[in-house]
Amino acid sequence: MIAIAFLMLFLASITGYLVNRQAALAIRSGGTRLHSLAGFHGLYSLLLIMVPALLLILLWLVLQPVVIERMVMNGLPAGTLEGLDSGAVQLIQAEIRSIAGGRVFGTPDPWKLEAAERMNSLQGRAGWLLLTVLTGLMAAALVFSRSRVSAEFRARQGVERIVLGLMLSCAVVAIFVTVGIVLSLVFESLRFFSMVPVTEFLFGTRWEPQMPIRADQVAAEGAFGWIPVLLGTLVITVVAITISVPIGLMSAIYLNEFASTRFRAVAKPILEILAGIPTVVYGFFAILTVAPALRAAGAALGIPVAPNTALAAGGVMAIMLIPFISSFADDALAAVPRSLRDGSLALGATRSETVTKVLFPAAIPGIAGGVLLAVSRAIGETMIVVMAAGLMASMTINPLDSVTTITVQIVTLLVGDTEFDSPKTLAAFALGLMLFLVTLAINILALRIVRKYRELYD
Amino acid sequence: MTQTDLPADLQSRGHDWASPRARANVARRRRSETVLRVVGLGAILLAFLMLGILLWTLISQGSLAFRQTHITLNVPVAAEHVDPADPAKGNYRRVIAAAMSETFPEADTTEQRALSKILSNQAQFVVRDKVVADPGLIGNEVRIRVPVSDPYDQLAKGQVDTTSAAETRRLSDVEIANFRALEEQGLISKPLNWALVTANDSRFPELAGLKGAIVGSAYALLICFLISFPLGIGAAIYLEEFAPRNRLSDVIEVNINNLAAVPSIVFGLLALAVFLGWFGMPRGAPFVGGLTLALMTLPTIIIAARNALKAVPPSIREAALGVGASKQQVVFGHVLPLAMPGILTGTIIGLAQALGETAPLLLIGMNAFVTSTPATPFDASTALPTQIFIWADSPERGFTSRTSAAILVLLGFLVMMNALAIFLRNRFERRW
Repeated sequence: MIAIAFLMLFLASITGYLVNRQAALAIRSGGTRLHSLAGFHGLYSLLLIMVPALLLILLWLVLQPVVIERMVMNGLPAGTLEGLDSGAVQLIQAEIRSIAGGRVFGTPDPWKLEAAERMNSLQGRAGWLLLTVLTGLMAAALVFSRSRVSAEFRARQGVERIVLGLMLSCAVVAIFVTVGIVLSLVFESLRFFSMVPVTEFLFGTRWEPQMPIRADQVAAEGAFGWIPVLLGTLVITVVAITISVPIGLMSAIYLNEFASTRFRAVAKPILEILAGIPTVVYGFFAILTVAPALRAAGAALGIPVAPNTALAAGGVMAIMLIPFISSFADDALAAVPRSLRDGSLALGATRSETVTKVLFPAAIPGIAGGVLLAVSRAIGETMIVVMAAGLMASMTINPLDSVTTITVQIVTLLVGDTEFDSPKTLAAFALGLMLFLVTLAINILALRIVRKYRELYD
Repeated sequence: MTQTDLPADLQSRGHDWASPRARANVARRRRSETVLRVVGLGAILLAFLMLGILLWTLISQGSLAFRQTHITLNVPVAAEHVDPADPAKGNYRRVIAAAMSETFPEADTTEQRALSKILSNQAQFVVRDKVVADPGLIGNEVRIRVPVSDPYDQLAKGQVDTTSAAETRRLSDVEIANFRALEEQGLISKPLNWALVTANDSRFPELAGLKGAIVGSAYALLICFLISFPLGIGAAIYLEEFAPRNRLSDVIEVNINNLAAVPSIVFGLLALAVFLGWFGMPRGAPFVGGLTLALMTLPTIIIAARNALKAVPPSIREAALGVGASKQQVVFGHVLPLAMPGILTGTIIGLAQALGETAPLLLIGMNAFVTSTPATPFDASTALPTQIFIWADSPERGFTSRTSAAILVLLGFLVMMNALAIFLRNRFERRW
């Protein structure tokens, strides 16, 4: 049905284009000068038909399943859904949907079969309704745009207005995405905070989200204090930053000041490769190579190292961050005005003295901005820690221990379990909200520092 | 270097540059120069070393999975195990066991059971399919070449330390001896492992392949491209060429910059709450994955497209405006075609990032165990990075090398995409 709808849309748009163009050409061959080129008359018709019809189809696609589902569920024999929680209702919905799709397992209750039949007939009717409405809409647009064709009609301006509107809506999508993120996070978090008090979440020092989902399940009681999770995130971030900042900074200094152009031309792309490797690969590297190596080293030195030590996750994350910091530091050093460098060298300072005493201090704001962005990346990084860090939240700052992070908890709480009304899954959204706010604050701060510094020398 | 830092003899006029103090001072400064140089070079080499270890680990592990140990066997299909009237329902497990007992006539029943474990679980189905296709085979021999099961695959590749204590191995001495006997008969071969890219996921490492994941990733990337490319270009043209200096434009700008730095998992949360929760889209569908990736890629494409548009010199615009083109005719007729190579380069790089993205796909359920190739973007499926994640989590020894091989496949795709981007840039991008 959808394919037919799109085919109709396509054909109608082309027809509109050709009809209007022919009409405009006819006027011109009659000896009258057109205000707009004939092609614009055609385009005007095409856009007028296509844009509303496309919107209609998309809206229909989004709303149809929801509306039909609701109609089917309301049409169930009275009392079937009484006393069932939302999970059970979702299960029934899914079963009806799969029966309607032709996948029948066992012998379902007759009322389910009936509902599935209803669903199919509703879907069929909805398809025809869509086609009817679509035809009417497109016919109206076709007739209207054809009636506008005249020598004086400013078709080009009309087309350009529509195109500008389309481009503006493309740009506004970015705002919608942000609004969507904020709304969905806040909405789900509010539901979480209606079950778990905000103060317990913000100041609690125990994180044990494995609470029972059903009444008969044996599990811990559940505690939702995010402090140990935050602490774990910070431990791994600190490890990653303390390793990557010196290496990144030093390599930037070398590339900027000492390296020959040929070495630079080779070394920079190789460093960039490190940034292009997917994080899931780093995670695998951490569990396969780094963590066992660290454990062996710990055993040789007589230090107990946890199998999923924060050092492994943080260290591997540092490798990922090296090119990031290096390129930021590189840009910051290169942005220091030539006059400062030349002045220092002219006074007899060596290159290293110029770097450490003149260029570096001048570049500090830019470098700091880069390091802050790296921190925000380390906090938000997911796959490395999901694979290499631990699951248990504990109040420790020892990097040799196993710690957990915000992102690890989000993934473990949500993977494979999408019941939207237990505090366990909703807690993930509260953590996500915190993650979003923290990284957003760091990013804004970093961008502000970088921008302010740029203005200083411009 | 302030004046007071200097030694007294350097402060006076006409100091002696050849004095021991001056020489020592120069030597010290030269030394610190060398130190910084060496430390800097060391830092770069350390980063290279890490990259080297990473790649070496992946290649040395992954190359093992590019070949798969197979066994070639003549299987007698006896009528007592398979009913000619209904060949699909035969006892093919017994058929395989019988074939092994022919190869090892002296083995008793328990040993026979152990012997059939050399073959992958797939063997009986291979025989069944052949017999169903040609029922005339019943009573005759079928020649099959099937993968051996994972422990023997590891053994054949030399990954089992046969000198270690028997309890620490997955194979006993007898089992190893049996396998060696097969090797001596020349029944064991190690052909290229095409199943890695032509088979779907499986619980058994020797059978697991990436086809479903590759198709899933391709669908997701296609959806991602179809959505983010037009939206990105539209937004970039608007912001770069038409946006009035007003509050709305500023808000959009700040928004796009911030969106580019939002952690990827937050997009996963958005997709989970909105696409799956509110709109009820199917779990684990590449369509939803593509939609999510499109939202993440959008800022990248917008920023790249704006830079490409900015790089087109104003003289082009002025010339076109000068001969009477409207602003949009200038943009769509002249600026956009010239900026297209740059936009495409940025788009491909953005898509390459999207291809490696894992976390949001985990949240929308693209990490399920799926043993079929998705026929449409709306069927549940995995993607390459999530498949890597699943395999990395599996305990079987054989999955370690398969994970590395899958990573090499993923990196191969990334290299190809980036090479294409570089090629486009070098071939078509003009510098003014």
